[in-house]
This record gives sequence, structure tokens and C-alpha cells, in this order.
Amino acid sequence: MTVRERLREKISAAFYRHGLLCASYPVPIILFTSASILACCYPLLRLPLPGTGPVEFTTRVRDYTVPSHEPQGDLGERPDWYRGPPVAYIQPVLVKAAVSPWDSTLVPVDVFRSPLGRVFSLLEEIRNHVHDDGSGVRSLEALCLQVTDLLPGLRRMRRVLPEHGCLLVSPGNYWQNQRELFDSDPDLLKTVHQHEPKGLHTSATLRDLLFGVPVKHTGVSLYSRKRVVTYTITMVLGSYDARFLSSLRARLRQLHPSVNCSLREDHMVHVHFKEEIGMAELIPLVTTYIILFAYIYFSTRKIDMVKSKWGLALAAVVTVLSSLLMSVGLCTLFGLTPTLNGGEIFPYLVVVIGLENVLVLTKSVVSTPVDLEVKLRIAQGLSNESWSIMKNMATELCIILIGYFTLVPAIQEFCLFAVVGLVSDFFLQMFFFTTVLSIDIRRMELADLNRRLPAEAGMPLPKPGPLRPREAPPPPRPSPHTITLQTPAFRNLRLPKRLRVVYFLARTRLAQRFIMVGTVIWIGILAYTDPAGLRTYLAAQVSEQSPLGEGGAGGLPPHLGVAPVFPGPGGDPASTLSVLPAPAEPTPLPENQSQGRHGAPREGVPHQAPPLVPQISWGVEDEEGWRKLSFRHWPSLFSYYNITLAKRYISILPVIPITLHLSPREAIETRHPQDTRHPPPPSLKTNDLPADLTLYKVAALGLAAGVLLVLLLFCLYRVLCSRNYGQNGVAHGRRRHGDLPCDDYGYSPPISEISPLLLRGHSMDIECLASDGMLLASCCLAGQIRVWDTQTGDCLTVIPKHGLRRSSSSGCWEQRDGWDAVGVAEPENLGGGTEPGGGVFDEDEGYPLRRRTTPRPALFENQPDLTPLIDTNFDSQPPSHLLLTPPRDGFDFGGLVEKAYLEHEPPSLGLTASYPSSSPLSGPPPQRRRSLGYIQPPAPQGQGTPDWESAVWAMELRGNLIAAGRSNGKLELWDAGEGSLRCSNEDGVSGITALAFLNNRLVAARLDGSLDFFTVDINKPLGLLQYRGPPGRSNIPPSPCYSSEDVISCQLTRSVQCAHQKPITVLRAAAGRVVTGSQDHTVRVYRLEDSCCLFTLQGHSGGITAIYIDQTMVLASGGQDGAICLWDVLTGSRVSHVYGHRGDVTSLVCTTSCVISSGLDDLICIWDRSTGIKLYSIQQEVGCGASLGVISESLLVTGGQGCVSFWDLNFGDLLQTVYLGQSSDGQGVRQLVVLNNAAIVCDFGSELSLVYVPAVLEKLD
Amino acid sequence: MPRLEEHCWSRSCASRVESKNLSAGNWVASRAEEMMSIVTTVLSNAYGSLHSVRAANLIRRGLVLFTVGVVLALVLNLLQLQRNVTLFPEEVMATLFSSAWWIPPCCGTAAAVVGLLYPCIDSHLGEPHKFKREWASVMRCIAVFVGINHASAKLHFANNAQLSLTLAALSLGLWWMFDRSRSGFGLGIGTAFLATVITQLLVYNGVYQYTYPDFLYVRSWLPCIFFSGGVTVGNIGRQLAMGGVEKLHND
Repeated sequence: MTVRERLREKISAAFYRHGLLCASYPVPIILFTSASILACCYPLLRLPLPGTGPVEFTTRVRDYTVPSHEPQGDLGERPDWYRGPPVAYIQPVLVKAAVSPWDSTLVPVDVFRSPLGRVFSLLEEIRNHVHDDGSGVRSLEALCLQVTDLLPGLRRMRRVLPEHGCLLVSPGNYWQNQRELFDSDPDLLKTVHQHEPKGLHTSATLRDLLFGVPVKHTGVSLYSRKRVVTYTITMVLGSYDARFLSSLRARLRQLHPSVNCSLREDHMVHVHFKEEIGMAELIPLVTTYIILFAYIYFSTRKIDMVKSKWGLALAAVVTVLSSLLMSVGLCTLFGLTPTLNGGEIFPYLVVVIGLENVLVLTKSVVSTPVDLEVKLRIAQGLSNESWSIMKNMATELCIILIGYFTLVPAIQEFCLFAVVGLVSDFFLQMFFFTTVLSIDIRRMELADLNRRLPAEAGMPLPKPGPLRPREAPPPPRPSPHTITLQTPAFRNLRLPKRLRVVYFLARTRLAQRFIMVGTVIWIGILAYTDPAGLRTYLAAQVSEQSPLGEGGAGGLPPHLGVAPVFPGPGGDPASTLSVLPAPAEPTPLPENQSQGRHGAPREGVPHQAPPLVPQISWGVEDEEGWRKLSFRHWPSLFSYYNITLAKRYISILPVIPITLHLSPREAIETRHPQDTRHPPPPSLKTNDLPADLTLYKVAALGLAAGVLLVLLLFCLYRVLCSRNYGQNGVAHGRRRHGDLPCDDYGYSPPISEISPLLLRGHSMDIECLASDGMLLASCCLAGQIRVWDTQTGDCLTVIPKHGLRRSSSSGCWEQRDGWDAVGVAEPENLGGGTEPGGGVFDEDEGYPLRRRTTPRPALFENQPDLTPLIDTNFDSQPPSHLLLTPPRDGFDFGGLVEKAYLEHEPPSLGLTASYPSSSPLSGPPPQRRRSLGYIQPPAPQGQGTPDWESAVWAMELRGNLIAAGRSNGKLELWDAGEGSLRCSNEDGVSGITALAFLNNRLVAARLDGSLDFFTVDINKPLGLLQYRGPPGRSNIPPSPCYSSEDVISCQLTRSVQCAHQKPITVLRAAAGRVVTGSQDHTVRVYRLEDSCCLFTLQGHSGGITAIYIDQTMVLASGGQDGAICLWDVLTGSRVSHVYGHRGDVTSLVCTTSCVISSGLDDLICIWDRSTGIKLYSIQQEVGCGASLGVISESLLVTGGQGCVSFWDLNFGDLLQTVYLGQSSDGQGVRQLVVLNNAAIVCDFGSELSLVYVPAVLEKLD
Repeated sequence: MPRLEEHCWSRSCASRVESKNLSAGNWVASRAEEMMSIVTTVLSNAYGSLHSVRAANLIRRGLVLFTVGVVLALVLNLLQLQRNVTLFPEEVMATLFSSAWWIPPCCGTAAAVVGLLYPCIDSHLGEPHKFKREWASVMRCIAVFVGINHASAKLHFANNAQLSLTLAALSLGLWWMFDRSRSGFGLGIGTAFLATVITQLLVYNGVYQYTYPDFLYVRSWLPCIFFSGGVTVGNIGRQLAMGGVEKLHND
């Protein structure tokens, strides 16, 4: 145990130091890591690139010996596959035959019938050739590769391919190597064609196999312009006998001399074939890769709270990939050549190595306190996870070790790789990824700083103290009636599926890239398999450039340019005459070439009829004619006999050239009776067409495919975007479920049919809101409390500010009247302000101000906007100074501004200095009201000035009673219906920062951290007790309504003096519990009955800023550290602890299934309550993050800039956005209260908006 | 809704067991009839209860699992066949569907049943599975499962005992890495046992045959594959049950 602990400590310390190192010197470490990656990958350069293309190696024929099996070290250029005997030796005999001279009496079939007929005699010759030297008699039968049955699936080829004997392939196979069948065949072309597969094919066809040259070059066609037939007799030899082959070569040469043929015969080419990947193998491979990518996707998706999510995901993938590369490189370096198929085991390696460590690291680092230095954060994060990382690594190594002892070679190799991969991955994680993470976090902090800076710079707020959360920067003014969600917000949303598909396509330009890649691949396939003669074209171009081009190819470059598909010289009279009248004149070569056995007769007349002699030329391209064949030619030939060439090689011997010149007479003799019935050769124009037909075919195919693709995309577009985004308004007044406002499409959401009810009357910004479902009480900065009926929106009661300074100038009041018509009658009455000591009740009759006024339009707009004049920077202007300024007497319009300034200053001063709330702001002046750290006692009090102003800091409404806690520590109970003060308690002197009103208990939290429990007693006949309104939300017990006759007393039952060491920021009561959260990082739970402290919950590393408790005893708390804790109220234990926000958690709501939190980062996160997994998040507008409420189990409402939005909680879909009015845009909704009857009240500026949401509710049911 | 599952389960089981006893001649007919009746009952049940969200969710999960099962069956079958595969692209489709047509649907059904059974049993036992509940882990699990199959198909072992032992160790490792729950282990064992018995019966009846049987006409490593398959499918099923289908598409 102790050893373990010590080990753990050591590891954690080491990781801590390592983290510090990485974060301190990011650039050198990244450079070092890159260098080491490159160094480790260097041995990979020697490995062959993956691919299925064959590899060649050329040796000399002269001193060829079969290579031995043992690898020999000294042969540098010899590839490592060149070991042992080849599968077979290929001896091609290339035959070029022509009927010469061409006679006009000949029919097109004569071009190839008699030349093809000669194959049988040649075959006879080859088969019967016997070489006899001293050692013995050798024949082809002894040397050739004996084949047995064809594969069972190839019955249809049985007639054409040799079985049970020598593998000797020639065009004669079409006719079973029997001359009689050939002679009696009426249509040779049909015989050849009938074995061709239908459709587009990319591999070798039977015709290619038998002719041994590409189809285009055979010349077996009715429209051949060259009239030279080319084919190959392919001998496949099992063993190599140089003497037999040379004697055969000599014999054939002697029989059919090819004059002017200077083909090199001294090199043989060994062709090594890679492992073929068939479709059948490809499918599982593709599946594993798909799984791999899904794994990577789901893993990297979890990276959160970093500056660049994609950057880190990329870094993670790079880490894994380069660790794999490093491991392969290291293994090669130490002589472990991989025999496993790398592509196959790669996904499994990635899965074994995994991305988990990377994610764990990221999570651990981002969950360290934000206010630490980056270095320390990285170090802490690393050391937090060090133990688990090491443990995991040790476990994996153990597993691999076990795997190593299975003694299966393949598994052993895999394990070896995996070990090296794991170690290198660990290395990279520690050095590369950690450093990248530190850079990223630093960037994030910089960005944070930049984002916050303008907020602080613009802090002298333009408005006289609107109640704003700390993060509120001057909100950007959005254009009216557009959703002002920022675009990145879309990333966080769960969009409807089709939109997401569209976004995905648009974001990644997937379709475009797909088409591009597809085109490239298609072109690649075309070039590789050569259906359109692209290669020939290129070869022709090359031979045109090179001086090596012999014969006609060299002599007629311009002609080649015209008809590049035909490398040979134009033998066609018309062509020659029309295009190049005398191309043959300067080239005496053709005559020489045609001096075969039958060439002599025409020798004398080259000038008269040069084109009539089909010229047989031998060029370099004939040396290795097999190169023009598909690279699958040989594998497919051998695979017919179930011989695989994968990972083996064949040796191709130099070509034996044979030139045949046949006389017209011979051609006529071999003619079949039906041959003459063929149509005469068509004219020149049509001659061109079939030749280039493949090109046209391919082009047409491509065109068709393109058109099809366009049509498909168009359909897709129509299906996906059937809605006309340009229109708005009438067509769809209410947005349907799942539709999103998409600014990208220029779509502006329509004016909603939910029209909010505006409650106007307050002259200044509204501070406190309280509601019990039926009634709504609001208190503005001016100290005026208004009570509204939530059903109708009527203002029931106005309780004006009662603490006016006696010396208020009348001018100010008149001015005030102009602004606020409601308060017009009472200013002088109100003048009798309350002293801190008492005298409140003296003016009781002066207060009642019972007006059932409909909300009137505020006249505030008509007045000059004085807001910019008000400076809330109180440090530069000491309050005492202001207070001493003698007020001016009399009405002076010119001094209006100044008076207004003076009039407004004190309240805003009091409130700004006072507002009880959340987070500490250490040194700086109290610029933000919500976020005030040190809640100073209001300046007027501190200086002993009369209590002309004691602001309402907290307000609660239950039944008919409004409980108001004031900054001077006074607790007042007002009758909501009549607006009369029913009771007051002044036991405490410290300002009341929070109030909770439950049943007849009243709890007040004070500024000094004490907690007072009051009991509200009603002395009244029970019969008069009535209940107002249906108890809407289950967690609010029905509150008794107090009638005006009752005598209400409020007694302090208990005061907990030092409930917290620091000011209490949050106070919530439900289910018989009172929960307080304080700046001292703790949450305390009290029993309401006996005010006994049950638990002190510790777990936050910052002040508590938000608490949620409801009737079901769910307790959640959020702190300044961005953490959210769920507690069990019964046991006081922490259920879960998640980090979700950068900065304070500003509000928290729970439903039965999830927890909704909002933070200073304007992000609303929705968490799964049971698992603590973040489901999704919603990016709010700047400054509106804190306003949210839950209407029902699945309906979330959030405030925005001049609007409120409704969200489906289950899916994160935006259901609807309601605009609060034309004039209101630009003002953020800062508070949001959900009432019973599904109305929400939000406060923006000096107005309240009442929004009924039946529309949304009915849809949800 | 558990009733529906059990119904399906018992019906399919019954159909399998009954059908074994019948003679080979009318086996196909009876099976088709059974299948049709199952399909109609399930469909009618499903249609009747489509109103409730939970049933829809269940059906959706079942469909996803069925698809996964079918795809895995096809791919793994292909893996097993690879050794004899030649290089003719036109024969790919033939090899893809070379085994009997009813194998993939059977595998799909089995996957759906097992995948629905896992979370069901979890909830009945009252111990929800919380170990590594995330899609990345599920993907890892599937990859390892395919890897085990790959190994069994591709690697050349000295003898069958070695192969079986290795695979058993690998399957246990899979369970330990991704499941670690008693119910998962038990259900995996049950699945393996039942599936092996069914395969054995099929082979005895001559419906299905192995090219290289090594133990009582079947491959001896079959239980390991079934066990790891059960664990994998259960993993998927649990994840589906936990997050619902919508979280699959949650980006």
C-alpha cells in the first residue's frame, strides 16, 4: 500500500514537472518531437510504397541463373523479392504479318485471314522443335509449364484455353489450334468477339490473352488502315533452358527472317506482383476502416472546452498515426521486416493504441481551475491523470505480453508492433500532444482576454445602472427581427436532420470534393487500364520526341501528330495523298523493311505505289510489347489455372520477332467463300470513326455520368431544400418544429403570432421580480414596486419609492412627473421619507395608491436620453461629493439635464454599490452590479446621511404579501392588493441580500453572512383564509392569501449570526429546506422548521453563484469555478461534479432528466442528470446567458437580444423565437420568470414583457 | 414492451426448436410459415403500439440492431471465405451471398434479440451498466470483434486447440475491456451456448456444413465467436438504450 502510494506520488510529481517543462518550452519541444518522428520514419523510405502495381527488375540474359532462395547481402540493386525461381518464364513470339503487296482485288477480310492462318504452321513449328545437343534431347513439351484443369467457374473458356498440357497461348486457340476449324469458320471476327465480356471491363479479356497484344494493335479488323496483323504466341515455360530457347530463336529466325529488326535480345525482365486485393477482401477491410473512422469521430467529439476542437482532434490523430509510423520505422530499423499486411492490421493497431489517453489528458487539463497559469494548469492536469495513464499503459503492455506468449508467429509480430507503437505513442502523447494542448489553452486564454476586454472597457454603462450580469458587454445592435444567434452557435445545436445534412455538405464541401476525387480516380483508372489509348497516345508522343523512333515512326512526325493513335506510318493512299502528298519519298526505309521473302517483286516500284505495300516495322515499342497490356494480364492468365502470382514473380524473356509477308495469291487461296460478301471498305471519313470510337464512348459515358450527377444533385437539393427560404411572413407564421432560422440562406424569421404583452410603468430598469403565479411584483431601480396581474397584464398596485429625500427639489419632481404619469399625484406625500429608525407607518395613508391602471405607454422616450450622462464610475466621483452638491431650486429647464443627473445618481449609486450577488471581483471598482464582489454598504448609510434611499435588494411574493428586503436591513411586508405596508422588521442592520418565503416562514440572508428566520403570523379568523389561484407548479405550496383586515406580524425566530464567513450570495428554499450559497465556497443546508444547519457541503473551488433545489430534494449548485455539483440532500453527499463553463455558473435549473446550466461564457449546457454527461449546449448571445427558465419537462425558454427563444429540451431544437417588440431590440433579456399559466415574464430595461406560450405547449402535448 | 420482446424471443426460439424436429422436407415450408406468422404478429403489434413513443423507440433500436447484425454477418462470412476466393470481381456478389440466404436475417434477428435483451436484463437486475458508456468505446468494441474474426480467419495456427484457446482468451479480454458486468458475462455465455447448440443442430440436419469441421462437425472456436458477438451486440444495444437513437446523430 505504501509502496503504491509512494509510487503514485512519484509518478504524479514526475508528470507535474514534465507538464511544466512542456508548457514552458513549447516550440523547442515540438521541434524535437518532429525531428524524432522524422528520424524514426526514415527507414520507411526504403520500404516499397504500397500499391498493387507490379514491380520490374531487369537482368541480362547472357549469364542468367536462377536466383537462389537465400538472400545475398551484397547485391545492392537486387530487390528482395528476386529470390528463388519464378513462377514461369514467358517466351513471347511476336508475329507481324501482312499481305504484301496489297491488291485492289482483295477484300477486307484478307487483311487478317491468311496472316492468322499462318499461326497454325508456326505453332506446329514451335511444338515440334527439338534441340539436341550432347546432354540430351529437349523439346517444348519438357520445358513448358504444365497446366491441369481450368477453374470450375470457367466452363465457357474450356474450349479456348489449353487444358492438360503445355500452357501455350495463341490466337489459334480460338479454333482449338486446328487449321480445319479455322478454314471452315465463316466469320472470324464473330468467333473472336463471342468470347468478349459485355459491358465495361478493366481487366484483361480473353482477346488480350490470346492475341498477346492490345486489341487496337492486332489489326484484326475490317477497317484496319495499316493492314498489318500483329499477334503473339505466348509460351509459358516452367524451367529455363538457354540452349533450347536460343536454338528455337535461331530456327524461327531462319524460317521467317525479320530484316531490319534490331530488337535487343539481351535482357530479360522479372515482374513481381503484389498481393492482389480483390473486392471480397476489400469489403471487410473497408468495414474495419469505417469502424475505425467512427471510433476516431466519436472519440474526438468528446474534446471540449478548448480553443480549436478540430485542431486538437487533428493533433490526436497525428499523434496516433505518427506513432504507428514510428513503430514501423523502428521495427524496420532493427531488422524486423513486417510480413503482415500493413493495411489490414492498421485499424486494429489504432484501436489497440487508442485515443483514450489523449482525451483523458485534454479533459483533465481543461477541468483544472481556469484562473491558474497555463503552465500550472497543464502540469496539474497531467499529474492528476498520471496514475491512470500509467496504470492503463501497464495493463495494455501486460495484455500484449500475454499475447506474445501465444507463440503464434503472426500474433507475436502484431504484439511486437503494438508494444513499439504503444511506447512511441506514449512518447508522443507526453511530448507532442501535451505541448499542442498547452499552446491551445494559451490561445484560448488570449482569446478570452480579448473577448472580455471590450466588455470591461465599455463598462461605464450607457444606461443608469441597468441590472446586468457581469459579462454584459455593450450588446451589438442587431438588425430588427433577425435571430441574432451567432453562427458558431449552430455547431452546438442539434439541428434538424436534413438541415444538418445540408450544413455538413456545405461545411465540408463534401460533394465538391467527392466529385473531384471521383474524377481523379476515374482518370487514373482510364490511364491505368488504357481503354482509350491514352497510354498509346503518350507513348506515341514520346516516340515522336525521341530520336529512337525507328522506321516510319521516326520519319513521319507530322503525321503522327495528326493521327496519334496509329504509331505506324500511314499506309492509306488517300490519307497520304491528301495530307502528305509525298511522305514516302524521303524515306527509303520502308522499301528496305519490306524485303521479306515476298518483298522482292514490288521492290522496283516504290514511287508509283508506295502505299500499297503494307509496311512491317519493328520499333522499340515491340521489344516489350507486353507492357502495353493490362497489368492484370499475367495474373488473370495464371489465375485461370488457380495459380496466383501474388507476391511472386515471372520472368519475361526477350521477344522472338517474326515477320510474315504473304502474297495476295495466298490470301485469296485461304479465303472462305463467305468472306467476299463483306462490304467493301468504307470511305476514309468513316474510317476514322470506329478507330476513335472508344474515345468517343468514354467521352459520352463521362458526359452522361456528369448529367446524371447534376440531375441527382438537383433532386437532392429539391428534396432537402423544398422550402422557399426567400419568403417569410404569411406563408408560415409559426415555425414548425425543427425549422431553424438560418441566416445563411437569408431567411429571416417571421413576425410571430405570439404577441407579448408589454407591462410599462417603471421609469427605470427593473431590478427585482417576484411572482407567485397570479401576481407579479416588480421593483425598479427607482425603488418603485408595482404589482401586476399576470392574466391581464394590468397594473394592480403601485408602491412608490417611499424613501425620498425631504430636500428633493420640486423641479426634479415635476420633471419626474413628466416621465412617469403614474406617480404624478403623490410626490409631495411621498416626501415624508422614512428615517432609518422608523416613522414608516406615519405615512401609511399617504401610500395607498391603488390604481387599476392599464399600462400606459411610457413617456420616457420623448425625453432626451440622459443615459450617456450618467457615470457609474464612482471611484472618480466620491458619492459624498455628489451629495453635498446643493440642489437647485425652481424649475429650470435648462438645468434639466443636470438635475436629472443629480436625481438619478443616488439611486443608481445605491444600487450599483449594493446589488447582492454572485462573484467576487477583487480589486476593481464596483462596475458590474451583479457581479459585485465586495458588497459595500451603501454610501449614504455609511456616512450617516438620512435614509432617503434604501434600495430594495430582494423581494418575494407569496399570496398577497410582498416581502421586500432593503439595503438597510429592513424587512417589509406589503399588501400586494392594496399597496399598504403591513409589517416591518428592523432587527438587522445589514442589508438583506436574499429572501426566501415558504409557507409562513421567511428567511433573509444578510450581507454580513448571517441568516435570519422570521415567522409571519396572521391574526385573523380562519374563515377568511382563502387561496388565490390554483397552485400551478407542484413545488410551490399554495400560499394563503392575506386580506387587508388581518394584523400581520413578522417575528424574528432565530438568527444564525455566522452562517457563512462571507456574504451569502444565493438563498433558495424548497421542501422544508433552506439552502444558502456563499462566497466562502460552501453550500449550507438548513431545516426550515428549526433553522438547524444540516449539512455544510464543500466541493466547489470558488464562490457559489447558483443553486437549485426543488420539491423533490434535488440540489444542484454552481460556482465561480464553472463547476456544477449535484448533491443528495438527504445524506449530504456529492452525487456528481462536472465542469462545464469557463467562468461563473450563472443559473441552474433541473428537470427530472437533465440539468440546465448557464454560465458567464454565455453557454447553456444541458446535462444528463443521472450520468453527468453533457448532452448538448446552446450558445447564447453575449450577456443573455443567465436568463433561462423551464416551462415544462421539455420546454426551455431563454432570453436573447430583444427576444425570447423556446427550445425543445429533448432534442435541443429551437422551437420558436418571440420578439418582444420593435423598440426593444438590442436590449437583452436579463431576467426571466416562468409563471404558472405558462406565461413568462422577462425583464428588459424598464419594461416587463408577458409572453403566453399556449402555442408551444399545445404542440408539445 | 418487454412483452413484445419476450414474445419475439419465445416465438423465434420455438420456431427454431420445433423446426429441428420436423423432417427436412416440410422444414422449409414450416419455417416460412413460422416466419410469416412472426412477421405479421410483430408487425401488427408494432403497428398497434406505434402511438407510444417507447414502442417506436424499441422498434427503432431493434431495426438498428438488426441492420448491424446483417452487416456483420455478411462481412464476417466474407472474411471466413477469403481463403478460397479468387480474383474475379464479377464473382464478388456471388461470394457475398454465397452462404444460405437465411443466414444474415437470422443473425440480424439474433442480434436484435440479444441487443434488446441486454438493457432489459440490466434494468431488471437494477444494475445499470455504467462502464465506459460512450460510442467511442462501442466502436472500439466492434473493431476488436471484427479483429477477432479476422484473426480466426486469417492466422495460421499450429492446431485447433491453440486457435480455440487464443480466441477464448481474446473473447474474455473483449468482455473485460468493454463490459465487466456479471449480467453481460452470463448473457454472453448463454448466447454462445444456445447459438452453438443451434448450429450443431443445423449441421446435424445437414442444413449447413463447414468446410473444415474439427469438432463434432463444427468448428470448435464457434462458441468464442458467439460469445464475443453477444458481448458486442449487447454493448451496442445498451448504448442505444441509454442514449436513444437521437444521440447517435448528435453532432
